[in-house]
Amino acid sequence: MPLAPKLDAASAAKNLDEVKPPYAPQEALVEANRCLFCFDAPCIMACPTGIDIPSFIKKIATDNVVGSARVILSANILGASCARVCPTEVLCEGACVMLDKEKEPIKIGRLQRYATDHVFNNNIKLFQPTKKKVGKKVAVIGAGPAGLGCAAELAQMGYDVTIFEKREKGGGLNTFGIAYYKMKPEVSLEEVALVESLGVEIRYSVEVGKDISVEELDKKFDAIFLGVGLGDTQKLGIPGEDAKGVVDALEFIEQIHTQPLHKVPVGDRVAVVGCGNTAIDASTQSKRLGASHVHVIYRRGEKEMPAYDFEYELAKSDGVEFLFNTLPLEVLKDNAGNVRGMKLAKTRVAAGKVEVIPGSEYEEVFDMIIPAVGQEKQKSWIQKVFPKLEIDKKGVIINDPQTKQTSEKKIFCGGDCANGGREVVNAVGEGKKAALGIHNFLMGEKVDSEVQPSRHGLKEGRPTGSGLRNPVRAPELEEAYFSTNGNGNGHKKA
Amino acid sequence: MADLSINLAGIKSPNPFWIASGPPGNTGYQCERAFDSGWGGVVWKTIGEPIVNVSSRYSALNYGQTRMIGLNNIELISDRSPETNFKEIYNVKKKWPNHAVIASLMVDTRERWHEFVQRSIDSGADGIELNFGCPHGMCERGMGSAVGQQPKVAETIVGWVMEAASGKIPVIVKLTPNITDVTQAARAAKRAGGNAISLINTINSITQVNLDTFVPEPYVNGQSSHGGYCGPAVKPIALNMVQSCAEDPEVQLPISGIGGISNWRDAAEFIALGSTSVQVCTAVMHYGFRIVEDMAEGLSNYLDSKGFKSVNELRGKAIHSLNRWENLNLNFKRVAQIDYDKCIGCNLCFIACEDGAHQCIDLVSPNGQGLGPGRLPGKPIPQIRQEDCVGCNLCSLVCPVDDCIEMVTIETGRPFFSWKEYQTKLAKGEMQPIPPHP
Repeated sequence: MPLAPKLDAASAAKNLDEVKPPYAPQEALVEANRCLFCFDAPCIMACPTGIDIPSFIKKIATDNVVGSARVILSANILGASCARVCPTEVLCEGACVMLDKEKEPIKIGRLQRYATDHVFNNNIKLFQPTKKKVGKKVAVIGAGPAGLGCAAELAQMGYDVTIFEKREKGGGLNTFGIAYYKMKPEVSLEEVALVESLGVEIRYSVEVGKDISVEELDKKFDAIFLGVGLGDTQKLGIPGEDAKGVVDALEFIEQIHTQPLHKVPVGDRVAVVGCGNTAIDASTQSKRLGASHVHVIYRRGEKEMPAYDFEYELAKSDGVEFLFNTLPLEVLKDNAGNVRGMKLAKTRVAAGKVEVIPGSEYEEVFDMIIPAVGQEKQKSWIQKVFPKLEIDKKGVIINDPQTKQTSEKKIFCGGDCANGGREVVNAVGEGKKAALGIHNFLMGEKVDSEVQPSRHGLKEGRPTGSGLRNPVRAPELEEAYFSTNGNGNGHKKA
Repeated sequence: MADLSINLAGIKSPNPFWIASGPPGNTGYQCERAFDSGWGGVVWKTIGEPIVNVSSRYSALNYGQTRMIGLNNIELISDRSPETNFKEIYNVKKKWPNHAVIASLMVDTRERWHEFVQRSIDSGADGIELNFGCPHGMCERGMGSAVGQQPKVAETIVGWVMEAASGKIPVIVKLTPNITDVTQAARAAKRAGGNAISLINTINSITQVNLDTFVPEPYVNGQSSHGGYCGPAVKPIALNMVQSCAEDPEVQLPISGIGGISNWRDAAEFIALGSTSVQVCTAVMHYGFRIVEDMAEGLSNYLDSKGFKSVNELRGKAIHSLNRWENLNLNFKRVAQIDYDKCIGCNLCFIACEDGAHQCIDLVSPNGQGLGPGRLPGKPIPQIRQEDCVGCNLCSLVCPVDDCIEMVTIETGRPFFSWKEYQTKLAKGEMQPIPPHP
């Protein structure tokens, strides 16, 4: 059976409505007042972009919501989307001292959304393009979270920044690849507009290496930032994968973002292959779009699953079924070339390796297969366009973890192409780090307070609070700091 | 089960919990609902010449997510006729002979006072409370706090009242806190023959300014007025005034405590500082009469746990633990101590001590110590230098975890030595001045 839309517009909109609705003012006030306003709060240290979380929460508690949003967005220009998509349970909220009191952590993500929504919904302008120009130009390749994070930071430091984006819209994953019930693409596009309002030029539908050459970039710009993310979803590598009804997970999610919800074709019995967070997103969204049965197929067990626990719980509560220790062997097709099912086998893990249990093969009926087994690195594109750039075996660009500088001195990188695939907030944080690295490279100015294990006890004369612009968390540097300052920063009264 | 019944200057009540004069004691209907819920007494909303009120009348102070930690009002005395009020008192008393009904009165001339005292006696009320406290509206007409703020005037008026009331009905004089020394007003009540005092009435206040209209609340046609402040926020002030009157040798009158009492703990504190009954208004305005159930049970359980047979045994237990500063022991020392098993690493103690006190807490790197679950490596922890700690209590007050920072007594080995003794010895040349803190 060919895929077809299953729901009318109203039902589709209702089913894919936000799972976490925004706080009402009174709810936000109550939650904000629960925050202890820790000194040297561990939530700040757990945030890859170093947002001063207690400060922004305190401002919500005093009804200074605009000031709260300024704290958030000046540390993380994508604060509105991070409020929705960050795995807060394992980042800021996971570090909340309330957990030590055996209490619910402060709902930092939802408060962050409350503050950032306020300025976007009321069209409040928090930032002006900086007047103090440094007279240097930087090219940013890719208008995803890393590129936007880097561009915003550089623009605020006075650089002329041009972003080259091959798509017709910016935001990258945030615009095209986040589950619809977590974030609407409009939020991401508002953030792109915010970055542009800082004076950043974004040139859409321009692919570097095709529409503009690297030589040209090299001539016109003083430094280049690469934030090209990841490529297409990896192939399953099994027979029948070309059947009609096999839809790549990212492509499926992108369809949800680029056409009316009730026109997105979906199967009745859907198999999602893989068990990462993208697989979960695809499974819950196909269920919410009207599939009657959705199975997540994973060759390893429940414990090895890479998806976060809370994502797994969400999928289960949506009625998604999980087939663990199951390996797809072949996509079965009908005469018309449509998916009719899959041949599967049970597996076991021996010495870390997955092996098929002999004789366990069976067939299951499906009409849609969504592969979500990880994304390809941009290896071939990088090798073609930047042949001198060093990449590792996995296709990740080799870079200095502190400055994000690559083997080519002029080129910096961040985000998925530099870390192999992590969270949006990591990409923004790396973009910021790279901005400071570029500043150091071009101006010879060492950036202060990259190492910020505590806002207290910084050396005299150094900025306290929000670093140069804002602190960037660098665990590898903190380790070094502590190994040379073993006694910490305790001080004796004179 | 401890005996909760009390007798304040001859006014008997099954428990010490009375509704204070105000909106909850405005009608016979409310009074009966209060008794049904378990209140021991009601002080009727002040009866006088019926007045006309403005709209709106109340404004509140919220703090954090807590609503109404303070309330103010610009409402005046009863807007119902004395006939109606006295008739309802009569009806209530017939139905509830064992509960206390006290008529709160506010009139102006000697003749009117005589008349209203007699009408109270005729209504069967168990007592009279003289409203010498309202800080708004009535004082501009020469009543309320206008009387309470001038001990001589108060003494004269209590004298008029006693001419009609003496020996016939107990008289409680309700005092205003809007005065420099509340004991002066209490002494005046005593001199004039009053049988008891109640305090505090409301405090002059502006609770909030509307930052859009620039009109303070409550809003009355583009203007506002100073209002009487009450609720949990005023309790510390009330406790201080109750204790001052209770220990004053020239007062020595039974006391009905008022001011921010919301639960049994508050009530127990007022009683321990000398109150016989306690009056509650704001908490009832917030939550209704039902709160008395927990108040009575909580007080009873507390008395049982302390081995008190009656609420009277608690009365005044804390009056004499309060002394003048000059008599406190300068050689006594307490210091803060952190229980690291309980510390959650919020470091509020550190920053409070560092910025707001005496810089006796260090943040130290963990070295394994003090790290709890979920902690990130590199998270600093607080460490108290007890040799520098002055024992101010601030860290233990800001600590959000129960019993995490404890104040422990340090044995100094030095004898009791007060400021008073110090001054005496200095004057006699028996010792050198103690050097100032570095």
